[in-house]
Amino acid sequence: MTLLSLRGITKRFDGKPVLAGIDLDVARGERIAILGASGSGKSTLLRCVNFLELPDEGSVALDGETVGRRERELTRVRQRIGMVFQQFNLFPHMTALDNVMEGLVTVRRVAKAAARERAERELARVGLADKAAAYPAHLSGGQKQRVAIARAVAMDPELLLFDEPTSALDPELVGEVLGVIRALADEGRTMLLVTHELGFAYHVATRVIFLAEGRIHESGAPDEVLKAPRRERTQAFLRRHKEFSL
Amino acid sequence: MYQWDFAPVAANWPLLAQGLLNTLKVTGVALVVGLALGLLFALMRLSRHRGLSWPAGFVIEVFRTTPPLVQLFWFFFALPLIAGIAMTPYIAACVTFSIQSAAFFAEVFRGGIQSIERGQWEAARAIGMTEAQAMKRIVLPQAVKRMIPAFMERAIELMKTTTLVATISYADLLFAANEISQKTFRPLETFTVAALMYFVVITAFSLLARRFERRLAISGEATVH
Ligand SMILES: Nc1ncnc2c1ncn2[C@@H]1O[C@H](COP(=O)(O)OP(=O)(O)O)[C@@H](O)[C@H]1O
Ligand SMILES: [Mg+2]
Repeated sequence: MTLLSLRGITKRFDGKPVLAGIDLDVARGERIAILGASGSGKSTLLRCVNFLELPDEGSVALDGETVGRRERELTRVRQRIGMVFQQFNLFPHMTALDNVMEGLVTVRRVAKAAARERAERELARVGLADKAAAYPAHLSGGQKQRVAIARAVAMDPELLLFDEPTSALDPELVGEVLGVIRALADEGRTMLLVTHELGFAYHVATRVIFLAEGRIHESGAPDEVLKAPRRERTQAFLRRHKEFSL
Repeated sequence: MYQWDFAPVAANWPLLAQGLLNTLKVTGVALVVGLALGLLFALMRLSRHRGLSWPAGFVIEVFRTTPPLVQLFWFFFALPLIAGIAMTPYIAACVTFSIQSAAFFAEVFRGGIQSIERGQWEAARAIGMTEAQAMKRIVLPQAVKRMIPAFMERAIELMKTTTLVATISYADLLFAANEISQKTFRPLETFTVAALMYFVVITAFSLLARRFERRLAISGEATVH
């Protein structure tokens, strides 16, 4: 079953094309790792999926329904898509628990008590039950990102978008966040994951795509793209990531 | 050598107390109305719709670039002639200083709102909030915290500016002091006492404000990132 369908997604910034016609179908339960050099448009692609950027051309369909451009429609679609940012973007004026509850209470209109219970469960799931009352300023980077993941997952998204979720972390904190994402993958959740953690992509993704010049330059199973890339640009990109170990 | 004699001033303390009360009344009204109206102006000015942003910008600029005394005279003397709207000195003072503080607060609000990182908006939108929800739940609470020092500054400034209402015969602290000094022929003592009263009230207010700010900081809420 196709959950997400992108057709001819094009995005220009100041006349410069960043995405030059992206076609992508994502089935339920698929986990797609998106690779590409810095500035190749990986973030822009994710942001076009939940309309934080409006594509200049092309269409996004969720569950077979093409999403229109009316604000109400965009808001409704965003409720079905969770996003995790490189810089966490936690709400600093709220505790960890309130961060996770916020979407349930304000957007979903869930009763406070039920929302709290759900949020506590989500925090426990990412191993932060004891940090419920802590403000983001008092959490480590890894803890912040785990709260951010709990915040996204609490909304029961059908699709999860990860934009370099471990790139802003100290190396020793990367593992705890990857562990949480791994657990979500094991539940069979559908995700798009932009990452430079190639080993993680290899083990977790069902498909890998490589972006270059605004297009999907190469796409295939992790075994193919990561171990035996056919295109020269992909090979060069992988050579530059020497730390990559499968 | 000047012979200080505070007895005549002390004998008139009810007048001074009433004057102080009247000053606080105008300042209080102008602060409360100014904050609410200022937020409205700021939201209008930030709006994408020109029909909202342009009028708000116009009012803000007019009130920020004209002297408060002129504004006060305009409301008190000109408006009755032009529109037939007569106001008591108290109402004229409240209207003038409310709109005038709104103009200043609007700019403070706008600066505060614009200082919030784009990522906060994006995180709010990403969980499905509307723009209004994101503003109310995520952006404004953080912005307001950053604006507290500017608010305090403005409140103190306002209290001092309200002395202008004496010119339209509103019996504020300065007006009372003026009366007493003419009655007792003791201007030095009277204005010294009046200055002290402003000093005490404003200092107390500043101390309270600073304590409030520190409490916010301790709770961790004021720290961003
Ligand atoms: N809001 C924006 N305004 C202007 N240029 C942008 C904006 N967002 C991204 N870009 C540009 O688009 C290109 C792709 O950016 P991005 O999608 O963030 O790449 P990646 O995530 O692959 O590093 C970069 O050159 C970047 O400078
Ligand atoms: Mg990026």
